[in-house]
Amino acid sequence: MTGLITRRIVVSIVVLIVVSFITFIVQSFIPGDPARAILGTTGTPQQYHELVKTLHLNEPVAVQYLEYMSHLLRGDLGSSLFNNEPVASQLLQRTPVTLSLLVPSTILLAVIGVVLGTLSVTAPRPIARIIDVFSLLGLAMPNFWLALLLVSAFAIAIPLFPAVGYTPLASDPVAWAIGLALPVAALTVAGIANVAKITRDGMLESLNSDYVRTLRASGFSSASIVWKHGLRNSGISIVTILGITFIGALSGSVYVEDVFALPGLGSLIVTATNQHDIPVIQGVALDFTLIVVVLNLITDVVYIMLNPKTRR
Amino acid sequence: MTIDEVGLADPSAKRVGREGSAGSEGSSLRGLVAGIVGRPIAFGSAIFLIAIILACLAAPLIAPYDPLHQNLSEAMMLPSPAHILGTDDLGRDVFSRLLYGGQPAFLGVLVGSLACFLVGVPLGLVAGYGGRKLDSVISAVGDLLLSIPSIVVILAILAVFNHNIAAPMATLGILTSGGLLRVVRAVTLEARDQLYVRAAKVSGLGPFRILFRHILPAVAGPALVQLGIFAGVALTLQAGLGFLGLDVPPPNPSWGNMIGEAAHVISNFPWLLVPSGGIVALTTLAFGLLSDGVHDTLSNARKAISIGTRRSTHAVRGVPARSQGAGADSEASTVEAPVLDIADLRVSFGAGKVAVAGVSLACSAGEIVGLVGESGSGKSVTSLACLGLLPGNATVTAQRLAVNGVDVIGFSERQFRDIRGSEIGYISQEPMSSLDPSFTVGSILREAVRRHEPRLDRRQREQRVLQLLAEVQLPSPEVTVRKYSFELSGGMAQRVCIALALAGRPKLLIADEPTTALDVTVQADILDLLRQLRDRERLTIVLVTHDLAVVADICERVIVLQNGKVVEQASTDDLFSSPQHDYTKSLIAATPNILVA
Repeated sequence: MTGLITRRIVVSIVVLIVVSFITFIVQSFIPGDPARAILGTTGTPQQYHELVKTLHLNEPVAVQYLEYMSHLLRGDLGSSLFNNEPVASQLLQRTPVTLSLLVPSTILLAVIGVVLGTLSVTAPRPIARIIDVFSLLGLAMPNFWLALLLVSAFAIAIPLFPAVGYTPLASDPVAWAIGLALPVAALTVAGIANVAKITRDGMLESLNSDYVRTLRASGFSSASIVWKHGLRNSGISIVTILGITFIGALSGSVYVEDVFALPGLGSLIVTATNQHDIPVIQGVALDFTLIVVVLNLITDVVYIMLNPKTRR
Repeated sequence: MTIDEVGLADPSAKRVGREGSAGSEGSSLRGLVAGIVGRPIAFGSAIFLIAIILACLAAPLIAPYDPLHQNLSEAMMLPSPAHILGTDDLGRDVFSRLLYGGQPAFLGVLVGSLACFLVGVPLGLVAGYGGRKLDSVISAVGDLLLSIPSIVVILAILAVFNHNIAAPMATLGILTSGGLLRVVRAVTLEARDQLYVRAAKVSGLGPFRILFRHILPAVAGPALVQLGIFAGVALTLQAGLGFLGLDVPPPNPSWGNMIGEAAHVISNFPWLLVPSGGIVALTTLAFGLLSDGVHDTLSNARKAISIGTRRSTHAVRGVPARSQGAGADSEASTVEAPVLDIADLRVSFGAGKVAVAGVSLACSAGEIVGLVGESGSGKSVTSLACLGLLPGNATVTAQRLAVNGVDVIGFSERQFRDIRGSEIGYISQEPMSSLDPSFTVGSILREAVRRHEPRLDRRQREQRVLQLLAEVQLPSPEVTVRKYSFELSGGMAQRVCIALALAGRPKLLIADEPTTALDVTVQADILDLLRQLRDRERLTIVLVTHDLAVVADICERVIVLQNGKVVEQASTDDLFSSPQHDYTKSLIAATPNILVA
């Protein structure tokens, strides 16, 4: 068991390094002179040379990368090229907002997805059909479009929820929850469809197995067979799809934060992309990757707990 | 689905391999096309996609208006004969803009799909065919790519190459190729071991030839399914980037930036959302449905299972019971009532597949009866019919099918559940796979005891579980309760299955080929156990088998089935010493070394 966890940690570190490297290399493709771009038309030749020195712009790429990494390991992620705010503090401020969106979404889509997926196998034909259709539609709709439709219906036409804005959990839990209702809904729908599909496939496989036939022949109740035995044996594939769906929700959060003007990591990276604010982009990229890495670690621990073979 | 979800663990990869490519529906291009044409939803999706791609490509020819032409006096109008999808906030015709706007969308899908294909397929082929080391390196790289949240890399790329369509989509393709890689690798691994590939190797074909000629066709189908899923994802991403204002610069239309524009006027003119987002949703849906259709064509869809309300129809008997039953009862009342009483059982699956064609038999308490026949004779179906465990498409009729005097014809699933385990027990051929691999032996048995003896407290239940394991002669019950099925040997697992079957103290036990999967020495032990259980509990055992040696060992009476009908019934001694029916004679002749006591 420790072997698996160690391997996962090593892979995670590699992923973080790769992502930091990719975003770093991308920066070197930007046409023009970064120092000139920062100083603009003002700035003396003196200031220009100072800046070039500070940013190590005249040195080989490898050296620049090492400089970057050494700063990174000390917690210094640089400052925004646009407004000079330190990247690290922006990340600290905005990560909880994104997590407020991601975590409730993932929990909801896990529960609803598993229930719907199981029902699509055991329920009578018409209900199963309806669930299939909803799954299909849920997967096909772009989440930002769904978000806009929800805003149009439940924030504008019937003003139940706020169309934009975010209230921190600490200041007003109720407002926090209400403000997140539509964004979470938009993010969850596509994920539900995915989880439902995999749950359905896994359940079909379990319920068609020899051991389920034995359980039925021994008089076990269908509730136990479906929800205890069937689900448990589909556990690994369900956890896998939950992990993948979480990563998808991470990407989706970028659009949803944009639509609802939530001050999270997604809206930060979009603004930074428009402004070519590379340090911010690098910071958000690493933050996202870190979230994914932590998720993968949790997933691996859950795998180990679910699979009796690894526990021996 | 969003961009990072393409690399799903795809059950089709396993399934296709198992089906093999010879003979299955999608093994050739013609077969694939025929499969799609035969499935209306997939076919409709294909037609829709072709139509819309052609329409967008032909935009300069068919668009009624210039997509950039503004007319503020006609702004924000709902659909009308002049503008079939209305106008936007600058008076531009929505329909024309949609036609032109599809071009960057489909271009993006094409570039992304090509990138994914060009990276995923070759790497997958090499990983599957090229040996273990290469495989682990390539698979690790693929998984690594999938771990990277692609949106951040794509946005980073866009920060540099802004308003570029090809760069971000190619990046997406490369990053998500891990999913396609995984599928291609799985199919290649499976195909590599097929006989025709081995034959090709032996006849001296080089690896590239083999890959191209023999493995690529098998890969094509599943790869197509993955690419179909990817196309939907790519389209959604493309629209998303347009929505964020990062693709085609305005005023040129793209589906994504049209949604963005619609967002700006959402309070005044929500209609604009409908055509812009609707077309993206419909096209994504079409990609998904088409790839589902390809998937179904390649691997036969699973049949419905019979839990819940989908159960086999145990139809009411054709002849009134009274008249028939009276005669049988009067005969039986002079001896004890039979534990199992079957009269004219008929089972068929769908149209024309008759499995059992009028079987009648009876077993009394304490008998061990052999139900013998070759594969397809209907012996397993007969026994499963008594338990109500036939699949959902089975039609079961009989004049009488009585377990312990209770007729089960017409029983609902709930009624069957009441008698399963408590009146009638069942053990099957594969003991290892008959025990839920995720739970310990003790856990399964405890649940069975709780089901059949709900009034026991925890301590009593535990004692009962240990008692059951001791009754089937397992050496250390306290140790066995903590084990999982994969930690048991075949013989031990079968003993556990017998313990499970007897947990509810049934009077009738159906043993379906209980020793076929076991070693010969273990076989004798299990048969001994069954005999002892019968002696101790006065258990009636119906032993379904094709092995006459087993029959000779343990059965007192034998019923021989052929093609769903009973051809002979006799005591074991009589059957072996003077078989009446030709089929019986040939069965005995085919079995070597039977010693008749």
